[in-house]
Amino acid sequence: MSGRSVSSRQKNGFTPVKRQVLLYLFFLAPFVFDLTAGVMGNLGPDPAHYCLHDFGRYAIRFLLLSLAITPLKRFAGVDLMLWRRPLGLLAFTYAALHIFFYVVVIRHVDTHVLWRDVTTRPFLIFGLLTFLILLPLALTSTRKTIKALGRWWRPLHRLVYGAAILASIHYMIAFKTWHVQPFVYAALVCIFLSFRLIRKGRTPRRA
Amino acid sequence: MTVYRYPRPAPSEITPRHLFLSRRKMIASAAMGVVAAGVSPYSALAAEAGQIDGRGWPAPDKPTSLNDITHYNNFYEFGTDKSDPEALSGDFVSRPWRVQVDGLVDHPKVWDIDELIRQFGQQDRLYRMRCVEAWSMVIPWNGFELGALLRAVSPKSEARYVAFTSVVRPEQMPGQRGGAFSLTWPYTEGLRLDEAMHPLTILATGVYGQTMPAQNGAPVRLVVPWKYGFKGIKSITRITLTDRQPPASWNVMAPNEYGFYANVNPAVDHPRWSQASEQIIGQGSLFYTARKPTQLFNGYAEQVSGLYKGMDLNKDF
Repeated sequence: MSGRSVSSRQKNGFTPVKRQVLLYLFFLAPFVFDLTAGVMGNLGPDPAHYCLHDFGRYAIRFLLLSLAITPLKRFAGVDLMLWRRPLGLLAFTYAALHIFFYVVVIRHVDTHVLWRDVTTRPFLIFGLLTFLILLPLALTSTRKTIKALGRWWRPLHRLVYGAAILASIHYMIAFKTWHVQPFVYAALVCIFLSFRLIRKGRTPRRA
Repeated sequence: MTVYRYPRPAPSEITPRHLFLSRRKMIASAAMGVVAAGVSPYSALAAEAGQIDGRGWPAPDKPTSLNDITHYNNFYEFGTDKSDPEALSGDFVSRPWRVQVDGLVDHPKVWDIDELIRQFGQQDRLYRMRCVEAWSMVIPWNGFELGALLRAVSPKSEARYVAFTSVVRPEQMPGQRGGAFSLTWPYTEGLRLDEAMHPLTILATGVYGQTMPAQNGAPVRLVVPWKYGFKGIKSITRITLTDRQPPASWNVMAPNEYGFYANVNPAVDHPRWSQASEQIIGQGSLFYTARKPTQLFNGYAEQVSGLYKGMDLNKDF
């Protein structure tokens, strides 16, 4: 690990963390684009819902990408491990924006309505649970917390599998009719997660 | 001619300033009385709107612009996204068009669309449109009372319901090529006969004085202002009087989410969202939407609640 980072630093002058930060900032572009277009009045008659839906889609896309990293390394030999953390944080960021647009921009923090939402409406419960999983994962992704959690970090971050499943269900049942895209994403989640069930003979699995 | 009185959104909600100004210019420059006569209902409204304009701050209920009315549509025959109907309806041919009226009537008839408009005339009806998705617009429709059409075909005494059928043209309507993932076609809707005969219920053939745009349901659509928007079936090809409750597309697909009656009711939530309030399209900002409390029967309770006397609106939603 350290050898790799030294060599990459020699190559282009960026430390791995700097590269992670740059990737994160680069993929905030959709957020900046939407916000700019919304302020300019180019997102149609209901810019708030446009942003709500767009940010939700980006959240699940980045969640999918972060889940693809490990199988890519194990089965395709492509090592993008460096990008896993920023991708996970992007999923969290877009999920947080998605929730902000729902709670503040659209629902005006109407606690009566929001309480009914999270107590009676399954698709919103799935969405909220997804965010409640992503939140501690985002908070424990700094070097300090990773070190502090030690051997508990890994099992804690396996909760992301649950988040991916919950997010897929949230997306699938959010519409008035069935839409194709949520099913494509759910299928990808299934594929990425099922890779985790395949054990490699030479790596003994630890409990 | 008797003028039917109904609660209208405030004058401030009616005509956007630019239209008001352009129409006034038009009247001023038009020596042709014909043009002036055609525009007169709007100029009357515009005069009122002009007075409100002077307040200098956005009125609580601004009118919905023609641009928003024509770029934010649910018309699944063209696609499920709100922008799809405008973007993907270019191939749709709405003239010539025939509307067949049949079933339990004494004088079934097939009308050509322009013949229909000539026979029943054009009234201006300014209605609030409340979508089941909890948003609303204020729309100046042009059309005629459905009741007038039904009287012309003389319903038989056994007739209890009116069934409406829309059009199936997958080659012109990309949303109909979607397979099993959407609604089944044709889109159908239905009303009880007394609802259909109510003077608020109209067949609309235009909006803002223009021929009905494809994305809004060209050439003729149903508008029932006290019901959720999905009852307003678009591009109607057939109207049939029957003695039993006809199938209604959304109700058939998800009866627990969309009732046959679909009366606007803030007390009966959609299973997946609250109906207590509605977002006003075209107002508010990217960071704060405009909302208002939803009214029972969309504000037309005084006119229509008599139709539902003794009914449990929670059960028959």
